[in-house]
Formats: sequence, structure tokens, C-alpha cells
Amino acid sequence: MAQTLTKKCSALIIGGSAGSLDVLLEMFPKLRDDLTFPIIIVTHRKSGSDSLLIDLLKSRTSLKVAEAEEKAAIIPGNVYIAPADYHLLIEESGTFSLDYSEKINYSRPSIDVTFQSAADIFHQDLVCILLSGSNADGVEGLKMVNNYGGRVVIQNPLTASMPYMPQQAALNVSVDAVLNSDQMAMYINELNGS
Amino acid sequence: MLIETIDNEQLQILLNDILEVYGYDFLEYSHASIKRRISRLYALDNFVSFAEFRYTIKSDQQYFKRFLEEITVNVTEMFRDPSFYKTLRNEVLPVLGTYPFIRIWVAGCSTGEEAYSIAIVLKELNLLHKSLIYATDINPTVLEKAKKGLFSLHLLKQYSENYLQSGGTKDFSTYYIANYSLAKFDQSLSSKMIFSSHNLVSDHSFNEFQLIMCRNVLIYFDKELQHKVFNLFDNSIEKLGYLALGSKESLDFWPKSKQYKRIKTEKIWRKL
Repeated sequence: MAQTLTKKCSALIIGGSAGSLDVLLEMFPKLRDDLTFPIIIVTHRKSGSDSLLIDLLKSRTSLKVAEAEEKAAIIPGNVYIAPADYHLLIEESGTFSLDYSEKINYSRPSIDVTFQSAADIFHQDLVCILLSGSNADGVEGLKMVNNYGGRVVIQNPLTASMPYMPQQAALNVSVDAVLNSDQMAMYINELNGS
Repeated sequence: MLIETIDNEQLQILLNDILEVYGYDFLEYSHASIKRRISRLYALDNFVSFAEFRYTIKSDQQYFKRFLEEITVNVTEMFRDPSFYKTLRNEVLPVLGTYPFIRIWVAGCSTGEEAYSIAIVLKELNLLHKSLIYATDINPTVLEKAKKGLFSLHLLKQYSENYLQSGGTKDFSTYYIANYSLAKFDQSLSSKMIFSSHNLVSDHSFNEFQLIMCRNVLIYFDKELQHKVFNLFDNSIEKLGYLALGSKESLDFWPKSKQYKRIKTEKIWRKL
């Protein structure tokens, strides 16, 4: 954890699939309300359920929670949700881009796409968390986060409701922290910059 | 290392080459998206060096055709966003039906799914006979596909569901003939379409329309280019005509947006 204190966090991306919602709902009430970086959430879900996830998270935090909008500026302290049915990318100018290209890992949004795009922009100042899920989306993206020196965190596969996704990450990339769901909020709060 | 095969400097070199050699201007495309598409193609086609990739694109016209097809996104479907088509059916097209002649421009039509969808709605409203649908795209290869009106049969189940949700009441299968793995759409639909290549970045307005549909094209452009394209559309829409965008696209930050009024909750605006 010593390394965590010396590294900067410019953005936190959280990816998850089946079984990840409960983790988000558990962590959000415990997040501090003065985060110095944006949180960007990419989860697999059916199109049309966007507002539901946003409403659920809004009710559990005083942080501003909104859908990631095309070409909108990414503001520290805000929480952004990738819209269903689009890939979410990050531009050098600190704005979002949406992309309706082919599904990756049968998924759109694909966690890989956002992890890779964010790694390309934030390099070592990026923190990515991969939660519960039953496919391997996100793992390729984490490889790139590794290559750029960003930090990789996974939900403990032993306690994740769908262990496959974090397990694949553990097998294929170098992981900085393995956390149970009740440890997530504390880890995120400690990323806050001085 | 799927993505970081092409760095920013190399991307710039490629885009400049393409403008110089072929006249296609991708410099104002959303950077993250086009970088991802080009890196993906580089990996997909197993190039061993950037120099080889660059040389092939510059000197091999056949390869450039593939390049163009692969880096532009051609994912689309019929009756995509059923509630959008419902609004077109119930509110927009009946207004246009009062005109003696209806001109519609589907800009960035890709393989034609949206053009066929709108033709079906026009037909059901008994307006197709006095309509003309101009369907354009930057990419000649997809236009060839669009002209044929052939779509994969395995997609038709989804299209048929979309159609019903959008307020369609007919049996969707009456619009096509299934032939092996393909569905061939009725000629009466394509007979009212004109397919032509048109580059939103560099080409000008070519007619006046009562409805322009440009859905999920502008997300690939940067803000300045989006505004240029809105100006192009503004010059191509009649007074009281309509502009329809994709579900995540918006006119909001364009300086002239106040001259347009949004229709309900859909991404459809009417020129005042």
C-alpha cells in the first residue's frame, strides 16, 4: 500500500458484469464526497436500463452521478456511467467519445475498450478495478494498464458472486490489490490526492 | 497489446497521407475512436511494422478500399431505437405527408438498414409513391451492399421485433423474400432510393430536404467538425423540415441550435 500513497490517481475506472451491482451499491455510501478524480463505471447490462443504475447510485452518494455524454468534459469528483449499447472512450482533451462499433467479448460497452482508451490517456495515473463477472471482458484492457504502469485492482474471486472475470485478470495480469467488496470504498477514498 | 500498436505521431502521419493521396479527411474525427479503429486493423491484418502499414495504405488502392471499410463503423440495424421510428411514424411523416413531394436524406447510410426502414414506414403511410430517399455514405463499398437490399436472415428476427415495437402492424416478412441465408427486400422500397457517395467532411449541400437522418455518425467527429456538419445540414433543410440524430447525439452546443425545436423526448429537431 505504500506505493499507493506516492502515486497520483487522475481517473478511476470500474468495470463489472454479472454480480457487480451489489458491490457498487455497497461501496457507494462509504465513498468520501470530495474525491479528487472522476469515477467512470462500465458495466454490462441491457439497453434501456441506464437510468435505473444512475438512480440507484445517486440515492447512495452525494457525488454527482450522470451518464457519460458524448464530448462532455470529464470532471474530477463526478461519477460517470457508460451508456448501454455504446463503447466509451476517452479523448486526450479530457472528454468522452462514444462508439457504436462491433461488440467486443459479446459486450457493448466493452470494459476492455474503456480500460485501453483510459490507459492510453492517463498512463501511470490510472486506477482500474475489475469486479465480479462471468466473461473475460476487461482482462485485455488491464494488460495495457499494466504496460503503462497504472494500477490494477480486482475483486477477490473467492468472495465475488461471479469469480470468472477477476480470476482471469489474476491469471493474466499483474494485480496491485485484491479486495473484498467491503474493502473497496476505503481503497478508493485513499486514492484521494493531496 | 491490442491497441498501442500505433502511436499518436504515426496516426497523424497516416491521416495526412490519406488526405494527400486519396482526399479523405479524417483529421477532425474523434481521436480516440479512429486511433482504436486503425490500431485494430493493423493488428487484424498482421502488419509487422508501421512503415509497411503506411506504404501499403499509400500505394495499394485495393488495400485502401479495405482500410476505408474497416475504419469507418458500419454497424447498424433496421428500426433501431423503435421509439424513434414510432415518433417518425406518428408525428413527423404525417406532417411531411401534406407536402406534394417528400425528400429525405439518410446521411451516413452505411449498408442501408435505416433507408429501408424509413421506406417501409412511408409505404405503410401511403406516402412512398411521392417520396425520394437520398442515401449517402463516404464508403462506396457499403453503398453497393445497400443498393442490393440484401440482409442477413439471422438478423431479421431482431429487426422484426424492432418493427413491431415501432408501431408496425403488418407481417414484417411480407417485405422480403428469404433466399438461403439472405433476405431480399422488396424492389418497391429501393425504387424510391438514390444511393450516392457523399463525404460529410468535404462535400457540399446537394439539395433541400424535409427530413435529414444522420444517426450515430457524428459521434465519430470532433466538436468542430460536428458543427460544420450541422451547418451543412442547416443549408440542406427546408424551413419547418426535420433533423434526426442518434440517441446520444445532440444539437445543443451548436450556436444555431435555437433555430431548431426539439420534438418530445426523441433526438428529432424541427427547423423554425
